[in-house]
This record gives sequence, C-alpha cells and structure tokens, in this order.
Amino acid sequence: MLRQLEGSHAIARSVALCRPRVVCAYPISPQTHILEGLEELIRSGKLQNCEYLNVESEMGALSVAIGAEAAGVRSYTATSSQGLLYMIEAVYNASGLELPIVMTLGNRALGSPINIWNDHSDAMSVRDSGWVMFFAETNQEAADLHILAFMVAEKMRCPVIVNVDGFILTHAYDRVDIPSQEAVDEFLPPYAPNISLDVDSPMAVGTMVPPEYFMEVRCLAHRKHEDSLALIERAGSTFEEKFGRNSGGLLRGYSLQNADTIVVAMGSVAGTIKDVVDELNHEGGKFGELTIVCYRPFPREALRNSLKNSKRIIVVEKSLAVGVGGILSQEIELAMKGCNVEIISVIAGLGGRNITKSTLKEHFSKKNHEKMTFLDLRNDIIADQYRPICSAAVKAEKTCPIQP
Amino acid sequence: MFQVRIHGRGGQGVVTAAEMLSLAAFFEGKYAQAFPSFGSERTGAPVVAFCRISDREIRLREPIMEPNAVIIQDCTVIDSANAFHGLVEKGFILVNSNHDINHGLKNVSLKCISATEIALEHIGKPIPNAVLLGSFAGLTGILKIESVIEAIKTKFSGAIGEKNIAAARVAYDRTLEVG
Repeated sequence: MLRQLEGSHAIARSVALCRPRVVCAYPISPQTHILEGLEELIRSGKLQNCEYLNVESEMGALSVAIGAEAAGVRSYTATSSQGLLYMIEAVYNASGLELPIVMTLGNRALGSPINIWNDHSDAMSVRDSGWVMFFAETNQEAADLHILAFMVAEKMRCPVIVNVDGFILTHAYDRVDIPSQEAVDEFLPPYAPNISLDVDSPMAVGTMVPPEYFMEVRCLAHRKHEDSLALIERAGSTFEEKFGRNSGGLLRGYSLQNADTIVVAMGSVAGTIKDVVDELNHEGGKFGELTIVCYRPFPREALRNSLKNSKRIIVVEKSLAVGVGGILSQEIELAMKGCNVEIISVIAGLGGRNITKSTLKEHFSKKNHEKMTFLDLRNDIIADQYRPICSAAVKAEKTCPIQP
Repeated sequence: MFQVRIHGRGGQGVVTAAEMLSLAAFFEGKYAQAFPSFGSERTGAPVVAFCRISDREIRLREPIMEPNAVIIQDCTVIDSANAFHGLVEKGFILVNSNHDINHGLKNVSLKCISATEIALEHIGKPIPNAVLLGSFAGLTGILKIESVIEAIKTKFSGAIGEKNIAAARVAYDRTLEVG
C-alpha cells in the first residue's frame, strides 16, 4: 500500500512484516525513530509474538540478538555511529557464529570531534567484519532491503547490515509502498534456524577454535561471501518478480550506455548524482551513474563488467581512511586492475556537509582531475590551520629527536 | 517542482509542518519529500525544514536553496537565518505576524497572518504550523485545503486534530478574503 511515511517508520513497518521474534536496540540518533516505530507496532498488537527488550547499551543490544538467534528465533537490531563502535566485539561474534541477524545502520559520522550528521564512516568501520552490507538509495529501497536482508541472511547463514543514510533518509517523509503481510510471507518463509539452543538437549555455541581449525573457519567464511554474490543477485530478481521493484541485487546502473564517465556511489547521494548526470547529458555530455547496492560481499566482477567500457570513473564516497584516502575508490581500483581507465576519488559529505547538485556538476565537468578531492572544502580554514611537517627538516636532524 | 522552506524555532512544529505539507501533496497523488535541517533539536533554537512537491519522482537530496515559497513561523529568525535567501522570482512569502514585514524583494507575493493568535484562540497553544498551512493553501493554490485538512488529521487524531483543522480553515478563509 502506498503511503507517505518517515523513512524510519517505513523501515519499522517493513521489519515488522518479516515477523521478528526479538527486537532489541539502544537508542542513538539518527536510528532511534526506527526502534520507536517498532515498539509502537509491538505495543499496539500489530506485530505479535515479538519481544521488545530494553538494554543498557549497544553491546547489550547485539548480544541479546546473538542469544536470541542462538536460541533459534529471528532477531533484529539497529544502531548508528558510536553505538556501532560500542558493539564491535559482538559484531564480529555474530558473523563468526553465522547468526543471520539483521541490523539497520542509520549512517552517521564517527567522533571525535563528535558529530551527529550523516556520512559512511560507521559502515566502513565494520567493512571487514564478515557481515553482508547493503546500502539504500531511497526510503523505498530502505524498506525493501530489510525484507531482502532477512532472506539473504537466513539463506547464507550470515548477518546483514542495511545501511540507511542518517537524517537524509531516516528523517525524510517520502512515498513508500509497504507490501502486504501475505506477499512478504510468501517471499520470506518462516525462519528455519541452523542451531537452536535447547535445555533438553544441551550444546555449546561459540567455543574456542584452535590454530588447527581457525584458518579454515575464516577461509570458509570468505568463500561463502564470494559464492553468495549470485544468491544476492537472484534474491533481488525474485523480489522484483514478486513486488515489481528493483530494490536489491548487487549494482544498479543509470544511463550507462555510451557513458565515457561513470560516477560510482552508495546510498542516497546517488539520487542527486542522477539528476546531475541528466543535466550533463542534456548538455551533450556522456555520463552515467552506478550505484553499489551490495557492498559486502564486494561485487568485483559485476563492477568490472559495468565499468570496463568507460574512460573515467568518479567515485563519490562519504568516508575517508585517514592516511590512505578514499576506501571505495581503492577497492574499485583493484577491481579495475589492467583496464585503461582513470579513477578519481571525491570525498564528499563528511559529517553532514551538504552535497549539492551545483558542486557535483562543476566537479564532474572538469577536464583534468586531481586523483583525490575533498568536495566543497573550506580552503580558508585549511590555509589557516595547516601546519606542514617539513620532511627536509626531519631528515636534516642529526640526532634522534626521541631519546631512548 | 515546487519547493518550500519553513523557518521557525524548536517547539513550533516546523518539522511537522513540512511533513504535513508532504502528506497533503501525497493525498493529491503527487510526489513529495519533506525533511528537516538536522540541526540541534532544542526548544527555541532556530529550525529549518523543507518540502519538495513534484509530479515526478524526486531524487534530489540537497537542501532547498531556491525555494518557490518561504514560510516564516517566527519573525525573530528572519535576519539570522537569512530566511528569504534564494527565493525565486514570483515566489511566495508567508509570515506569522500581525504586522507587515519588510522583505526588500520585488515580485513576490507576501501574506502576513497572525497565526499564533489564531492558534491560541482555536487550539489553546501557541503552535502556528497547521494555521500557516491553511493560509499556505489559500495563498499559493498549490494544494487544496481539503488535502491540508487530511494531512492534519493524519498527524493529529481526535480533539487536537479537530482544533487544528478549525484553525487552519480560519486561516485559509482569511487568506482568501484579503486576496
């Protein structure tokens, strides 16, 4: 049914349609409205057979989800930013134990300095944790990806994070089609757990794995991820057949045919980029856009196929590895190894800096690009505050500046 | 695409006003996107909220920098928020005020309405958002008053909803009367 909803409430309704038995989270902006929405659905009886647990922290929240999944029930949690950092030990445990928890990450910057606004730094902090990671471009996708997430998680036996841009999506009112309970029930079968702790038949979950087996555990996790690319793609097409929308899969291309320059992005900024691409093409440009829907497992082959005929790839990314540069652009560089294509990194929107159509357009139109640019950087502040460490002076020092 | 920017202070229902606008547009079969300026959410702090209305899907995610209409819920933020910045030619300004304001702009439609007074009279609280939306429907003709009423109903059920609806109707009628 078509509705005009806040993104967070669309997600809450969508999660409720997946019939989780345990919902547990600790409030943190910008994720809080999702949990409030679910709490309301449980209290009003619209979501039945579901226990909503209040806990003392994010660490507790994900640990409850782990316990619930180990006991064999479908579980859901959500967090953002520092909350994710606070639960990081449990994040690795959940994937290591192959528990198909679904978690929404309302994407937000990481402190310090403290900042509540949107970027993808929190997502990038768990990119190697073994969770599947989806990124939503719109609130419709945010809602749909949660239904897909439960399906993929349970088929793979692996937890899934659905990334939703904090505030930009979580707090935006938009048109969303919420599917019927019958349709979701047909798409997502009842949870058939791999393990189910039972007092009458005791077993241990999460015991120590010695060096003789640990490498194999990791190797198998890696293979599972690689093998699941096809599964995720198929789940996306099955979803499209059932619901008439392409909300999942690995990648989504826009105007890619004959594109010399392809802009790659994840999340809500892709919408603004498509508007820019249309304007540039209207003025005679040859631009396309490629959205990464599934970031983990990383769809290397699919990316290569979509990008190989372009001359230039501009990666617009909302995170930064300090001392390294753009994270996504480096992964794309590896994927494109051997192809004669220029790859440019645009760091944009950190800590909620607005990403506007006009600056994107100006940047995409440039003939010559720096390898990496901070979009809309306030150069006056940089000029005032930047204190270069002169490497010549360091080399000229005869004595070690730090005495043993 | 018709873009609306709403300025006010925390506690005046600025964000809710944008959400109700989007609901009203949705009820008319349009696409609409409402979002707040994501600042500090404290009572009394300046707040900005946005609403885009279109016949087509809205993909753009930047803040509204060239609004077709500006709604001012609190006159004291006009200067500090640079509230009329970027307003397009032949745009609309709707101000919660019982006296005229000087906006220094040419070619705009201005309407001042004492929304707080109307709100106090009908709702019993100084929350002018629904009142201003009633006036907005009259001033711009972008949305029907019936859709605005439906939006208020969706957000506020029961007696509080009815009171807000009554206040919005008064503002709508008063806006049309003056012309």
